[in-house]
Amino acid sequence: MKIVVAIKQVPDRDAAIRMAPGAKEIDERELQWAMNEPDAYALEEALQLKEKHGGEVIVASAGPERVGTTIREALAKGADRAIHIVADDLGARDALGVARLLARAVAPESPDLVLTGLQSEDRGEGQTGVILAELLGLPHATLILHVDRTETGLRVKRELEEGWHQWIEMPIPAVLTMQSGGNKLRYATLMGIKRAKAKELRAVSAAELGVDATPAIVLEGMAAPQKQKSTQILRGSPREAAAELVEKLKTEARVL
Amino acid sequence: MSCILVVEEARRDGSTRVFQETLAAGRRLAELTGLAVEAAGVGEPGRNIFAQITGAQPAAGHAIRHELLAAYTADGYTLAFEQLIRRLEPRYVLFPHSYQARDFVPGLAARFGQALIGDVTAIGEGPTFARQLYQGRMHATYRHAGGGPCFLSIQNGAFRADEGAGGTMPVSEFTPALEPAQIRTRPGTPFRETAQTVDLSSAQRIVGVGRGIKDAEKLPLVEDLAGALGAELGASRPICDNGWLPMERQVGSSGQTVAPKLYLAVGISGAIQHLVGMKGSQCIVAINKDPDAPIFEVADYGIVGDLFEVVPALTEAVKAAR
Ligand SMILES: Cc1cc2nc3c(=O)[nH]c(=O)nc-3n(C[C@H](O)[C@H](O)[C@H](O)COP(=O)(O)OP(=O)(O)OC[C@H]3O[C@@H](n4cnc5c(N)ncnc54)[C@H](O)[C@@H]3O)c2cc1C
Repeated sequence: MKIVVAIKQVPDRDAAIRMAPGAKEIDERELQWAMNEPDAYALEEALQLKEKHGGEVIVASAGPERVGTTIREALAKGADRAIHIVADDLGARDALGVARLLARAVAPESPDLVLTGLQSEDRGEGQTGVILAELLGLPHATLILHVDRTETGLRVKRELEEGWHQWIEMPIPAVLTMQSGGNKLRYATLMGIKRAKAKELRAVSAAELGVDATPAIVLEGMAAPQKQKSTQILRGSPREAAAELVEKLKTEARVL
Repeated sequence: MSCILVVEEARRDGSTRVFQETLAAGRRLAELTGLAVEAAGVGEPGRNIFAQITGAQPAAGHAIRHELLAAYTADGYTLAFEQLIRRLEPRYVLFPHSYQARDFVPGLAARFGQALIGDVTAIGEGPTFARQLYQGRMHATYRHAGGGPCFLSIQNGAFRADEGAGGTMPVSEFTPALEPAQIRTRPGTPFRETAQTVDLSSAQRIVGVGRGIKDAEKLPLVEDLAGALGAELGASRPICDNGWLPMERQVGSSGQTVAPKLYLAVGISGAIQHLVGMKGSQCIVAINKDPDAPIFEVADYGIVGDLFEVVPALTEAVKAAR
């Protein structure tokens, strides 16, 4: 099976998110970056499918120069080659605009399967995979935890709300968006990191792909969240704060 | 003809609360734009899809009926709604932000050259639409650039359903043109994984543990606290994904919904998918080293600090007080 995995680089989970002047972007200057976690699960599924059924795993990622480190990480984990769609203006494109870039870059590969995470940890729109399927003219399923190859295509396990699940049968080629937790994620080995250096990483500029960047959705501005409740923050040493909390839970909230 | 079209969706238990909330968002948009609210939904013949609507009634209802829509598929729903939208030409189309909407609305919107504004939490003058970024650590407002319908999905719990008495409205039937070959996926019957042996929904106190705990070996720290409080242990999704605690202890949109007297969140950031499962708790306490963690937005009491210092101190304080 030829599998394309679309991955995104996002701010590291523990990074402090601060606004840049103008309130339309976050301040990227001191950020650490990481592979979007649901995409890491998509990559893991792809690598396991390849181990079981043979084939090739190609990662595709759109973003500026820095995205290269996340692509190398995917190659080190076992992907065979990569396509980097070099674009400095992802933040100004809406989900359709980004998916158009990916679709243009991925279509010539004619993959049997396209996998991606169910949503990104930055914008959290959860649209890329579904739009990709639409643009590539392929069937899709979202929130997938498990993928089986069948004689005619795939049998996938989809997560539904509140602990429910469902199996779906579908033909290939297809697009799936992966939910976290279906597999154990692997780490890159030293050998993998060494090998990654020799793997093909093809860069293609967004301009070359000739995709309309005009968004249907425009960001007006960003702001720090407002509190819904007035939280009492208890200060002091851990012991002092703990003692005060117990007192408040007993006498004020009356829940102890 | 231009209207605000609100799409119905019922939960597995028949509840239409999220639809009613989405209708409330539609009414808010109607106030701002002067457009009329209409409703649409898929249903088998004879079922009055809109029977449960309370409060102000939409101006009209559109009942989409087709045997190929008996079970939800992305292909079937995309085609059906595409046809209805081309006929009605609404200015706005609103969906509840459900797993089902996530599954097909982005593709439906793309068919109209649009992107969905998903998981909307508020609607302001303009109109502008608010949603969260960075797992709740930032809020953003968006505007539709115009030209073509604007697709929105509305966050669960963000708008309050209108509770006035219901009424009636004219309902027209819509039969989309669908062929079996157009439906490319075959969905199976929904099932539940395992019988649940832990019922968190009836617990009086819950200690919820999140990724801040770093390591499965550190779990005894929160187990001791739960023991001292006489509380059940709950967890955020990554803890269960990693297999550190069983799935049945997961709190949130894909786990259990809980409403104890006390919910104590330890090292949990407060992503919306976790909040929907516990924000109905009577008293919420958060322990987190990040003062900007979204969990503090819903907490009654908070301690900003390292859980590895705060939790043992709290366990001691609880024991001393009992
Ligand atoms: C469709 C879907 C369904 C989902 N369903 C659920 C669900 O049912 N339940 C659920 O929980 N999530 C669910 N999620 C995942 C959710 O989006 C979040 O990723 C998840 O809740 C984050 O878990 P967390 O808060 O434990 O981890 P993180 O977001 O990583 O937060 C860890 C927190 O710990 C704090 N911390 C770190 N170290 C320390 C320390 N030493 N002392 C104190 N604090 C510390 C950090 O400041 C941070 O705030 C779902 C996601 C999707 C897309």
